[in-house]
Amino acid sequence: MSFGPSDNRLAARTETAGDAGLASIAPETLAARPGNLWRDTAKSILRQRSAQVGLVLLTVLITTAILAPVIATHDPNEAVGIEEGLTAAQKGPCIHLLGCRESQPQHYFGVDRNGRDVFSRVVHGARVSLYVGVLTVGFAILIGSVVGGIAAFLGGAVDNVLMRIMDVFLVFPALVLAIAIVTVLGAGLINAQIAIGVVAIPVYARVMRASVLSVRERDFVTASRALGESGPGILFRRIFPNAMTPLIVAGTLGIAGAILEVAALSFLGLGAQPPLAEWGSMIALDRNQLFNAPWLILAPGMALTISVLGFNLFGDGLRDALDPRLNR
Amino acid sequence: MIQFILRRLLLTLPVLVGIVFVVFAIARLLPGDPCFQALGQRATQESCEAFDERYGLNEPIPVQFGIFVGDLLSGDLGTSIAYGRPISDILIERMPVTIELTIFALTIATMLGIGLGVASAARRNSRVDVGTMMFANFGVSIPVFVLGLILIFFFAVVLKDTPFALPPSGRLSAGVLIVPLAEAWGLQDLDGPLRVVIDFLGNMYVISTLITGQWAAFGDAVVHLILPAIALATIPLALIARMTRSSLLEVLGQDYIRTARAKGVIERRVVLRHALRNAILPVVTVIGLTLGALLSGAVLTETIFGLTGIGLTITQSILGRDYPVIQAVTLITAILYVTVNLVVDVSYAFLDPRIRLE
Repeated sequence: MSFGPSDNRLAARTETAGDAGLASIAPETLAARPGNLWRDTAKSILRQRSAQVGLVLLTVLITTAILAPVIATHDPNEAVGIEEGLTAAQKGPCIHLLGCRESQPQHYFGVDRNGRDVFSRVVHGARVSLYVGVLTVGFAILIGSVVGGIAAFLGGAVDNVLMRIMDVFLVFPALVLAIAIVTVLGAGLINAQIAIGVVAIPVYARVMRASVLSVRERDFVTASRALGESGPGILFRRIFPNAMTPLIVAGTLGIAGAILEVAALSFLGLGAQPPLAEWGSMIALDRNQLFNAPWLILAPGMALTISVLGFNLFGDGLRDALDPRLNR
Repeated sequence: MIQFILRRLLLTLPVLVGIVFVVFAIARLLPGDPCFQALGQRATQESCEAFDERYGLNEPIPVQFGIFVGDLLSGDLGTSIAYGRPISDILIERMPVTIELTIFALTIATMLGIGLGVASAARRNSRVDVGTMMFANFGVSIPVFVLGLILIFFFAVVLKDTPFALPPSGRLSAGVLIVPLAEAWGLQDLDGPLRVVIDFLGNMYVISTLITGQWAAFGDAVVHLILPAIALATIPLALIARMTRSSLLEVLGQDYIRTARAKGVIERRVVLRHALRNAILPVVTVIGLTLGALLSGAVLTETIFGLTGIGLTITQSILGRDYPVIQAVTLITAILYVTVNLVVDVSYAFLDPRIRLE
């Protein structure tokens, strides 16, 4: 529901009127300072306050995901709480540095209903969320950009038919359509990712279409055509690489949305299945303990929020840096 | 104007057909034989044939599509497997809950969102601006279900026994009874479409208690809606605040604003009278488009707060494998979404005559 992707979907709808702005940079400007494009981009991204914060959050998320087995204090799926014979009162967070008695085994975020260490599960959840977000959006971008690119490149009836089909998918509320698709495919993390991916395809198709439409008219495309390059060759080798920028921005913001939506599906029991340490399903598992053990919900909940926030902030910064037309 | 509306309506038609087709396709792609789904695994060959015959499942797919569309046009959405009742009856009962919740949430989001957006655009880079944008970023990033649970914890556990405590679930407190609208108006014996409308209205507790003057129940119904509405409003609120801010900033940079300031118009009037009017159009579009986020959010909000609207109906039918209900609700929400966007488009044309001419 947010819902991040809805934001993205809004953007896709409001932006289709105008063509992608990056194409408005004259090729000479770029050619005048060869090799500086990436450094310039990186610099202007890092000038944005939101991008800085986003980058820090993402670094934390990615580091946690990579080093999960090192950072985690326990096996995420082992019922350590039961082995240690913790009493009900001892299941809460216990950090020795903050005054928890040394005699009690240390669990930063307490143990869950099944006696598993919540801190370790949250840490391992970073892997799941990162993988889910990147893979889902990658899938959607792959299909969406091909559809949008072909629609823009061929134009005419093909364009009309393809984009009207995309429109139909865009009118369903994201989560509702995803739920309908998962019921067809069956519950599971992969199916949830496919569902969220399918729902996001039209967003990227629209972004790519707008971008390709503007790149198509540029001189180097005419040059390739004059040199006798084939249609697919022009589209995939010449146009696509030059039309990627808006897609990168939409994709970064899209990862935030995908993480949220897959977590929502998992919360509803349609996504990740036990015992996988996924934040949405962790919240669902201990939802009823809200009144006596709120940390079981707060820990994965805040982890989710911080990851999504990281992608949103970084995406905003990317957009401001890469798309001068949208500079505010 | 009429021509514009007609053309817009005509453009909506293919999208509606597309929606119906997609929902139909999803229903036919469902795993397993619908007969076994409905009658159980031990259904016999004969009873399955009878079942297929009865629901037209032995017809070719195009004919089935025709029947499906025909049923839809006559208002038949099928029968719920779990409840054994017509889905349209269930929707009349539950859709008002969602509509009421959505209206509440959208009101909060619009009023606060525009207010915050104006405040931060008028004082760009001030503490208010930075705070609002931080809040907006946080608002679109926190999952609805996490926010809902945190709100419940704060207002129902932490603030318990204080005057600020709010109920964590349900539509009314135990013991609070509502006289149904039809009864209050002495229309129990009424039948037909009018009765449906009255029942529909009556199921919006806030409205029905308000118009029949059941004040105790009214207060109780409102109090129960506050937390879910806040949870649901957060994302649209953040989106509206962002859009208002950026749209207003753009307008504030225009020449006529400088002219107004040069003439000595006070800043407050420049922002609220001169600029906001021209900046509000994109905001209207966003408000219409956030409905998708609201309907998605309603699924989670209703699940968490135990409100039996169509959102909770979706979750329940997933668990109960009640496919016809999922199908019908998906269809209804999509049609609702298209309709609202149509209304938004038309209102947009009302607000900005240039759009009609294009």
